[in-house]
Amino acid sequence: MAGGKERVLKRRISSVQSTKKITRAMELIAATRVAKAQERANQARPYAEQITGVIQDLAEGGAEVDHPLLRQVENPQRVAFVVITSDRGLAGAYNSSVIRAAEREVQALRAEGGDYSLILIGKKAEGYFRFRGYRIDASFNGMSDRPTFDDARRVADEVSELFVSGVVDQVELVYTRFLSLASQRVAVRRFLPLQTRERETGGEALAGFEFEPSPEGVLANLLPRYVEARLFAALLDAAASEHAARQRAMKAATDNAEELITKLSREMNRARQDAITTEIMEIVGGAEALRADKGAPDDLLLDHLFAEHLFPERLAAEHTTPR
Amino acid sequence: MLQVELVSPERILFSGEAETVIARTTGGDIAFQSGHIPFIGTLVIHPVRIISADGTEEVVAVHEGFVECAHDRVTILSDAAELASQIDVERARAAEARAEQSREHVDDASAEAALRRARIRLSVAGGLGLKM
Repeated sequence: MAGGKERVLKRRISSVQSTKKITRAMELIAATRVAKAQERANQARPYAEQITGVIQDLAEGGAEVDHPLLRQVENPQRVAFVVITSDRGLAGAYNSSVIRAAEREVQALRAEGGDYSLILIGKKAEGYFRFRGYRIDASFNGMSDRPTFDDARRVADEVSELFVSGVVDQVELVYTRFLSLASQRVAVRRFLPLQTRERETGGEALAGFEFEPSPEGVLANLLPRYVEARLFAALLDAAASEHAARQRAMKAATDNAEELITKLSREMNRARQDAITTEIMEIVGGAEALRADKGAPDDLLLDHLFAEHLFPERLAAEHTTPR
Repeated sequence: MLQVELVSPERILFSGEAETVIARTTGGDIAFQSGHIPFIGTLVIHPVRIISADGTEEVVAVHEGFVECAHDRVTILSDAAELASQIDVERARAAEARAEQSREHVDDASAEAALRRARIRLSVAGGLGLKM
């Protein structure tokens, strides 16, 4: 009967309500994490800028640019992809769009007859590529949320090793760039070999720098740090994007839950009203039927309480007439 | 007057003015003062001293990095640098003991470096303690 439907709806509403509480909490947490991740990205910027500046000064100072990390290969045969995703889901399309971009790159490379190598960051990428039988060279978990420089260094070491030892000829970075709170975009960037910018013309070198031990020595020390700093910047960008994506996804989920609750409670109210109406109809109908069936007023128990029984001589005539 | 910045990958550790900065590069100690010629050097694991005009001294434990000096700006880039005032002596002691122990078992470069880092940390923190 109708009461059953009402009960089912009530149960669904309370389940949606508790889901809403969870998504709401996740939204708020993500919001504070975005702010923190952004702050970390900002704090990391000076180092990256300085190190880039020093490399530029070195180039202007006339350092011979010859280092394994700069090795250019004419026709790269094997390309490594560093894919940065998150460990946890519930972040909307954040992971799937990075993974899709990476897979597209890998397929394009294979179509051209090249070979690939995958370095994955985050459980999501690992799960996806492992399930589809891709060969995975390295995977790192547990750092995407809040990357530290040590994490970046571990990954950078692995990647540099692959490149310097000649296993791969090129390294591409697939990650999500944080443009603003509302917009993050998947980017595929050349990571290695490092690109050396053409020396600016007319650069009489304001420098005249003095180096210790030597320009080449400093550069050899500096380039690995530069690689680490770039990877670190990418990780921080990805982390900020992850939290922003999660915040948006959870906001949508919360709004959805709210809408669903409104809809379901309307439905429930209607069901309850229906049930009440039906019940009244039944009672009225039943009473009518009883009245119709039993002609004698004495049959109704209630009638014994009425005045006519207390003062039968006065009211009898009046009451019995309609029957 | 020099403009000094100590930058680690995660944030700017120190930023301020100083009279003299003394650091140790692979080639030996070097001091910077206003008007120093442009210089880029590789630092070794050693304390860096930042001395301001009024004579107060800030000591920083620098575990490898770079120093660039140009136009009266000294920038120290370091993967791991700690201001003396921020060093946790207890932890550094524990790290030293740990490094010493692991060096006994395996004689590798990373244990060696860890030990040196711990010692620098302690010496930097100790110097501060004496002055106070």
